[in-house]
Amino acid sequence: MDKMSQLLKLLEKTDYIEINEFRMDFDELELQLMPAMQRVAQQVVTKQAAVQESMKMMETVEFAPPIKDYPGEVAEVQLGAGTRKPVYLGGQQALYRFEESQPHEPVVTFDVFDIPMPGLPRPIREHFSDVMEHPGEWAKKAVKDFGANMVTIHLIGTGPKVMDKTPRQAAEDIEEVLQAVDVPLVVGGSGDPQKDPIILEAAAMAAEDERCLLASANLDLDYKRVAKAAVDYNHAVLSWAITDINMQKTLNKYLMKEGLTQNDIVMDPTTCALGYGIEFSIDVITRTRLAALKGDKDLQMPMSSGTTNAWGSREAWMKNDAWGPTDYRGPIWEIFTGLTMMLCGVDIFMMLHPLSVQLLSEIGSTFTKEYLTTDVPDISNWITELE
Amino acid sequence: MQVTAMDIYRLLPQTNCEDCDEAACGEASCMAFATKLSEKEAQLELCTELSEESFNKLEALLAPAVREITIGTGDKTITIGGDEVLYRYELTYYNPTALVIDIADNLSDTEFDERVKTIEETEFERIGEMLTLDAIALRNASGDAEKFAEAAAKLKTTKLPLILCSFDPEAMKAALEKVGDERPLIYAVNEANLDEMALMALEYNCPVCVFAPNDLEKMKQISHTLREKGIEDIVLDPGTYVDEGVGDSLDNFVMIRRLAVEERDEDFRFPLLGIPALTWLYEKDEIKGGIREATIAAILMNKYADVLIFHGTDIWELIPVLTLRQGIYTDPRKPQAVDPGLYEFGELDKNSPVLMTTNFALTFYTVEGDIKGKANTYLLVLDTEGRAVDVSLAGGQLNAEAVADLIKETGIEDKVDTRTLIIPGLSAPVSGEIEDESGWEVLVGPRDSSGVPGFLDDLKKKS
Ligand code: B12
Ligand code: SF4
Repeated sequence: MDKMSQLLKLLEKTDYIEINEFRMDFDELELQLMPAMQRVAQQVVTKQAAVQESMKMMETVEFAPPIKDYPGEVAEVQLGAGTRKPVYLGGQQALYRFEESQPHEPVVTFDVFDIPMPGLPRPIREHFSDVMEHPGEWAKKAVKDFGANMVTIHLIGTGPKVMDKTPRQAAEDIEEVLQAVDVPLVVGGSGDPQKDPIILEAAAMAAEDERCLLASANLDLDYKRVAKAAVDYNHAVLSWAITDINMQKTLNKYLMKEGLTQNDIVMDPTTCALGYGIEFSIDVITRTRLAALKGDKDLQMPMSSGTTNAWGSREAWMKNDAWGPTDYRGPIWEIFTGLTMMLCGVDIFMMLHPLSVQLLSEIGSTFTKEYLTTDVPDISNWITELE
Repeated sequence: MQVTAMDIYRLLPQTNCEDCDEAACGEASCMAFATKLSEKEAQLELCTELSEESFNKLEALLAPAVREITIGTGDKTITIGGDEVLYRYELTYYNPTALVIDIADNLSDTEFDERVKTIEETEFERIGEMLTLDAIALRNASGDAEKFAEAAAKLKTTKLPLILCSFDPEAMKAALEKVGDERPLIYAVNEANLDEMALMALEYNCPVCVFAPNDLEKMKQISHTLREKGIEDIVLDPGTYVDEGVGDSLDNFVMIRRLAVEERDEDFRFPLLGIPALTWLYEKDEIKGGIREATIAAILMNKYADVLIFHGTDIWELIPVLTLRQGIYTDPRKPQAVDPGLYEFGELDKNSPVLMTTNFALTFYTVEGDIKGKANTYLLVLDTEGRAVDVSLAGGQLNAEAVADLIKETGIEDKVDTRTLIIPGLSAPVSGEIEDESGWEVLVGPRDSSGVPGFLDDLKKKS
């Protein structure tokens, strides 16, 4: 390429040149350069004129927030009645608060177990080691010290391979927790599909009219028995499907056939932890909530997240110096998992670590505020103010 | 809304290149090419039969809802934006969020160099992928133009593209004189410096970020003005609030992206930038600050942030962020699987142990990470259509017959004298059936593959 074409090429890409600093030997200035020069000079003039225009232009642009109308809404579910202070889930009529602020803050329920659970990760055991022998004490600590809105009592000890506790013993554990705290309860089984319906029924009876959430009904167990216990003793049911929206729909339909209504069901579409398929949960939960707002009656229930699944991830619990202390990694893993689910529409979170709970609740409470009603600090000088 | 293959086909020549030997686009028909284009798997330039008018129309039609922008030049580049949808399940998200660390221009030389080194060297391996940081944001903390320019000049030697952060046109000018040829992102234009910054963006042909905290009307005005001036590469920062204000930040991010994708509002069709680093304006405790900064990042990344600027560099803070990014940006259309078959680790002989796992990418790479360099072993990888151990057990892809076939097909029986297969702890329920079907003895290994090296050591000691 000769000098001239090179220069022309350069000029083509240039949007702006300072003509007064432009130097060139006269004999190089061939005729063919002139049109290009003129074009560039013209462009510069236009652009500079545009600058004077900018203030005028700014006044003429208008902005309207993109708010949508949704034909459907999420059903409201009350948990806790009788001697419990009730909490409410659901009731959303829109996806985001700039469209319609959320009617209720997200709810956190702390995990408590009917046995001491030596397998819990250390950062959690640390907080509860003094109370792990007694589910009542454990529940009290979760509520008093860590601000739990609810408590989940997992009846792990009823597992045939764990302690094979009887339904009678399960009922006693429930009574102990009911006595100890006045927040609503989630009651979970051991995960044994044969025994869970029997245990949940005994627990439902022991907590009659207290409106607990029975966890859970799924297609692999006698969900009819769980539904009946809820109807007979006035409780709600957690409807659990494994990241499968069609399975969720089917199960909800079946449960409603057994006499439960939209206001008695909470869905658990399954929380895959951060790094362990969280994207599957993002997709399913987002689609479920959108379906509800579009009007799908079988999916209009509030949603729950087993956020504690996060602690199963090795990045949360495994000692590894190259990854830094688990004391921080663990809680972040749980908060990331919960938050991500919250942003997809989840209403209630089963969690373990006090710090994760605190952060999630803080952020969740902003959802009930309206757009631009919070006092925000002036951040316009952040570049120099940051240390 | 997303463009369909039919929309594209209408603007193609529709001749299927019948007069030529071979279609330039490499497809059997114009319709096939249109389908590829709609899936972003082909380049429009491949079709040689287009008139200039159709080409331009198609180019506009195919432009993603969010403009794709490149920061940096040469090896030092990062591409952001390019998204088409609001929800990843509708297609996929493109161009993972750029993770950027700030660096102040008033650090001492050693602090400065050390920080650059930390940024460049941060890495975390996950599922066979090395996760790293993407850029450096030089912050005009001193407020001094000369210092800013000096610091910018020092960054010439880094491996990463740059964001220049200053609201002062003088300082920006001084820094651009040093690194303007590297196409840094100019951060930021506001109402006060609009004209000067705009001219610099044009002069240096650099992308430029608009800063309009909590005021989308102003943001639209500035963006519109910049576009009128002929600036195409724009990034939007609607303000990052880290306490109760985070709700407003979230609303702003969502609104902008919705306007871009659903309403194709030309003033908002640009990548979004968030600054979790602002956490440190209020939080001085290193641990609480790190946790909170990561939390803010998680919120914004979930809702559309294309660039995030951090201040903290602790690995425990960045690992979750890197992991979340990897998850959100995986392509939901592709199974996350590796090739099934026989894999070898370390020095092997006829007595080496034989392990089994599934071909789900996460499972395979986790297991690989646990045994590579730590154990000498064969690993049989079963085709479970990319499903994890317990998932494929529940779904039936992991079954005795499939395992027996795998043993036959891989020819492992010729390589080892042993006839003992070590299976994952979670697949214990089918251990008996595998023994019956394959004739091999089955040993149930630990539930988590991190226990494999220890398990193999114990076996050795016992024998
Ligand atoms: C994500 C997920 C899914 C995703 C699939 C992701 C995928 N590509 O595999 C989807 C949504 C598709 C899914 C579907 C189903 N799922 Co699912 N799913 C999960 C979830 C949440 C995580 C699985 C995961 O990614 N694990 C991470 C990987 C790395 O783990 P891994 O493969 O087991 O590997 C580890 C160990 O096994 C070991 N290891 C691996 N290899 C080796 C080798 C050796 C030698 C050794 C010693 C160790 C070892 O170390 C690894 C690292 O820790 C789990 C619950 C959980 N575990 O948290 C449920 C879970 C596995 N699913 C379950 C079920 C029931 C199903 C379905 C059958 C639901 C249904 N009825 O449709 C379907 C089956 C689909 C099919 N196969 O056709 C159940 C299984 C219950 C059971 N044990 O019977 C689980 C446990 C949930 C539950 N609690 O009920 N699922
Ligand atoms: S090159 Fe163009 S005209 Fe030829 S087949 Fe492909 S799309 Fe059709």
